[in-house]
Amino acid sequence: LDKTVDARGLLCPEPVLLTKKAIEKQLSGTVNVLVDNNAAKENVTRLANNMGWNVNVTSQENDYLLILSK
Amino acid sequence: MGPEVLSQILGELPKKIDKNLLVGTENSDDAAVYRLSPDLAIIVTVDFFTPVVDDPYLFGQIAAANALSDVYAMGGRPLIALNVACFPNCLSVEVISEILRGGAEKVLEAGALTGGGHTVQDDEPKYGLAVVGLVHPDDILTNAAAKPGDILVLTKPLGTGIINTAFKGGLAGEMAYQAAVEQMATLNRDAAGCVKEVEVKACTDITGFGFLGHAAEMAKASKVSLLIDSQAVPLLPEVLDFASMGLIPAGAYDNRRFLNDQVVFREDVGQEIRDVLYDPQTSGGLLIAVDQTKVEEILKKMHQNDVRETAVVGKVIPSEKYLIKVL
Repeated sequence: LDKTVDARGLLCPEPVLLTKKAIEKQLSGTVNVLVDNNAAKENVTRLANNMGWNVNVTSQENDYLLILSK
Repeated sequence: MGPEVLSQILGELPKKIDKNLLVGTENSDDAAVYRLSPDLAIIVTVDFFTPVVDDPYLFGQIAAANALSDVYAMGGRPLIALNVACFPNCLSVEVISEILRGGAEKVLEAGALTGGGHTVQDDEPKYGLAVVGLVHPDDILTNAAAKPGDILVLTKPLGTGIINTAFKGGLAGEMAYQAAVEQMATLNRDAAGCVKEVEVKACTDITGFGFLGHAAEMAKASKVSLLIDSQAVPLLPEVLDFASMGLIPAGAYDNRRFLNDQVVFREDVGQEIRDVLYDPQTSGGLLIAVDQTKVEEILKKMHQNDVRETAVVGKVIPSEKYLIKVL
């Protein structure tokens, strides 16, 4: 089962911290991250890229689903 | 509030025309300036915000330095300040008095008086100052006086918003945090003193709209464009590392969206430094456009007066399609 981080309703730096915790535990695979604001989307993308993960972003109404893979 | 919404709202407000209002809202300057007589004008400004640090005394100092900065950025000297504060009922008397002590000491350091203030009960603490300063009308510094050929000088390093975000997340070390705190609490008084001695006319301070936001205001008001050397911009310790980890305040993205296509980047300018250039600053430094024959002199004076991190960051060119190009 894919791991999911639900960071909706959280402001920076919280979404980044939760994502960091999740991907540090995992060397590869897929992690889904849900956020609901642009800053969180951008910041989680920067973190994931910096740690060597690919990021695929899709919008879902007011939320963004970020699929992190490595 | 982001610059986008703010400028729209301000544009719709009713206005009285008065030739003695030398600086109003039209050029996004740092404070209002009103001429009282041919050789005297008053500068009026207000600024307050929620705590940027946990220590109440330091918060008071930073909020006061930030509010006083608008007077320096207009070329004036602070005369009298009023405390503007919101405190929750649960906040202890000790904490409140430490905030006010930090503010009062900064006002004193600026050579100004505290003349009282106003406090409102609120769930989230907020503190700052309303400040009145004085300036000779001929000595007013403004956003609108940069001319092609001028050299751009910045007096404090960038990155306070990013370091605060990293600190909130428990990821900023003591060294980066202390460097940010120290510079946020530093008055722009000495930097402004050097500016006056060298007869500079174009000046602004770098605060919430970030380096690029305030630089763009200067470019727009002066009807010029700016070239910025991203390699030359002074930075607080570890800021680029924090930016690459996504520890960037939401305000930086608001600033970027507002400037949109008015700022262009050369392809090889890294993502991290782009983010830092949009980072909202608390109590940031002065950005000055100085005649190229006076650059050496102003840098020398800044270093003599211990404004140590002052650096040349770019130059002014005739108006282009963009307001700013970052190299």
